[in-house]
Amino acid sequence: MTSTKTNDALLFVAVAIAALAAPLILAPFGAGYPDLMQRFAIYGIFAIGFNILFGLTGYLSFGHAAFLGVGSYSAVWMFKLLSMNIVPAIVLGVVISGLFALLIGFISLRRSGIYFSILTLAFAQMSYNLAYSVLTPITNGETGLQILLSDPRVLDGPSNGSLPVTMLFGLEMRDVFWNPTVFGYELQFSYGYYVCALIMLLSFYISMRIFRSPFGMMLRAVKTNQNRLSYTGINTRPYTLAAFVISGMYAGLAGALLASMDPLAGAERMQWTASGEVVLMVILGGAGTLLGPVLGAGFIKYFENILSKINSNTLDGWFAFMPQGMGDAAAWLVSPFVGSGWHLTLGVLFMMVVIFLPGGLMEGAQRIMNLVSGKSRKRAGEATASTPAE
Amino acid sequence: MDAILLQIVNGLDKGSAYAMIALGLTLIFGTLGVVNFAHGALFMVGAFCAVVMDRILRLSTVSVDPTRTDFLGNPLKVETPYVQTWFGDFGATLINYSVPLSILLAIPVMIVVGLAMERGLIKHFYKRPHADQILVTFGLAIVMQEIIKAIFGANPIPQPAPDALRGALDIGLWLGFEANQVIYPIWRFVYFIFAVVLIGGVILLLNYTTFGMVVRAGMADRETVGLLGIDIDKRFTAMFGLAAIVTGLAGVMYAPIVSPDYHMGMDFLVLCFVVVVVGGMGSIPGAVAAGFVLGILQSFSAMNEVKAIIPGIDQIIIYLVAVVILLTRPRGLMGRKGVME
Repeated sequence: MTSTKTNDALLFVAVAIAALAAPLILAPFGAGYPDLMQRFAIYGIFAIGFNILFGLTGYLSFGHAAFLGVGSYSAVWMFKLLSMNIVPAIVLGVVISGLFALLIGFISLRRSGIYFSILTLAFAQMSYNLAYSVLTPITNGETGLQILLSDPRVLDGPSNGSLPVTMLFGLEMRDVFWNPTVFGYELQFSYGYYVCALIMLLSFYISMRIFRSPFGMMLRAVKTNQNRLSYTGINTRPYTLAAFVISGMYAGLAGALLASMDPLAGAERMQWTASGEVVLMVILGGAGTLLGPVLGAGFIKYFENILSKINSNTLDGWFAFMPQGMGDAAAWLVSPFVGSGWHLTLGVLFMMVVIFLPGGLMEGAQRIMNLVSGKSRKRAGEATASTPAE
Repeated sequence: MDAILLQIVNGLDKGSAYAMIALGLTLIFGTLGVVNFAHGALFMVGAFCAVVMDRILRLSTVSVDPTRTDFLGNPLKVETPYVQTWFGDFGATLINYSVPLSILLAIPVMIVVGLAMERGLIKHFYKRPHADQILVTFGLAIVMQEIIKAIFGANPIPQPAPDALRGALDIGLWLGFEANQVIYPIWRFVYFIFAVVLIGGVILLLNYTTFGMVVRAGMADRETVGLLGIDIDKRFTAMFGLAAIVTGLAGVMYAPIVSPDYHMGMDFLVLCFVVVVVGGMGSIPGAVAAGFVLGILQSFSAMNEVKAIIPGIDQIIIYLVAVVILLTRPRGLMGRKGVME
């Protein structure tokens, strides 16, 4: 048996290799283009942060998209006022969303269980409605906030004719710096993706350290039995609040990165169904596991982009080998689940996971591993049985 | 005075919808102890029953009318709905009254949907934590919403009220105001009356029948009732069906007020959870009262005078009330002590 420490190091190295070689690995799956890879990394960050609150501490927040939105808005404001460099934008996004999370967490964490979920939901809906209507001077209402030629941009000076692009000390985010062809696949290595990937690796490392730290143990204890913890004389509030703020800062970081890759911020990012999406990611991947949230985020974003592109022509192509009638029937059966109907697939998949595989993809992988290595199924279940959050 | 009255009646229709959906939610929570995030989807299914009924009534034959021609001189094609060929003028009236008639369709549909939901899915989640219940019903809500979207498309489908019930009533006259002071659309008034009757019916059922007595006893102490030899699970399943009917009918009759579309369930769901929490989880009178109060509060906060003092208050008033209530009195206005605190 290897120790946890070695395991973690191995896991981190594996994730790092996967993240850095992503353009090569993902190309055969049709996902090797910067836009999508950036989304994998950014929503991975979002999910990692949410996992610290939900997976580790057991508090189910239905309002985390609010922090994503706040991060986006602050980042775009930084682009408008200061400079197109993404560093100040990301710093501001993380700080502002952290403060916002502190405020909301301070109030919401007075309740637990479903009341906590509804409190966070209420706060997120309030932020969404305010961003949509009253705060129009800050958020530009339903049009969304975007950079303009007339923005001051104190450090960059006035722009010459065309809209400036986001950059990191001169490296333009949307720039593809290396474009080789390997095994017939055209690979795209872009600065934007690597910035996201490195930040994602950093976030992953931090979350790993949190999981293994005494602070992480305390969060686990909160999840297991908060009452017992209070009876032993421990005040759990600072710990849960810290977890809430950390996960809010992760969400703000993700939001700021989204804005850094594409300087836009809209209120839809804050709607409660958007908060539901990150819950889906974490559950799908496996709540409370290190790697699960990243997998879940990648999985959902991959299928969102791939399944929604399949149209009836593609389907006809797939089923062309069958006899005419059968092919049509198969295409008719599959068509509601792809294209614009991919949400249906997502919903069904999600229900399946909650019902049959509460540990998510990670538990599924574990079960397959155990099956291969010949461990009995029952023992495997005991080993990975996760206590659902309350 | 009339301005205040106007805001009160303005809030009644939204309040009625909130009250009915929250009543359904709280029935499910109070009996089965399940937090049902798919409840908004039931409301939506109800509203789409009105759409289906309308389409059924409008099924028509296409015939060529030689007496009429279009501007090119070709004979015009005329669609005659079957009900009109069969029943004549009475058929036309039937089509006109499609929304109220949809109730007949909605009741069996909601029973089937509700029971299928409870027996097929929620039954397996009684023993699992509330977070799991929220998650699985949230998934179910997405699935139901997407099925509706796949069948009916993403655009709202307007469902007009019957001709006789369109237009507005001058209810100020009845109350001794001058003419044209308090004017109110007839259908919203109908909706309010409908809500009062439906809610009253449910409360009567719970309070004055043996079935209701057993269910209330089961809500208080499930095990003891079971020990008396009563099959409480069967009655609770029936309550789930009843809750589905109440919510579905709320959706059917709401169709002329807001055209049904596929995300109306999600829109109402959050608000109705807030209503239930404000009223007190599992408390039936609490849910009804909170529904009406919040509906009316919302319409007051939409007044220009109020918005001038606190801009945007109309957007957030309900959530604000919920936050204050949750923080000061987590059991809600009329909730029992100790429910999920």
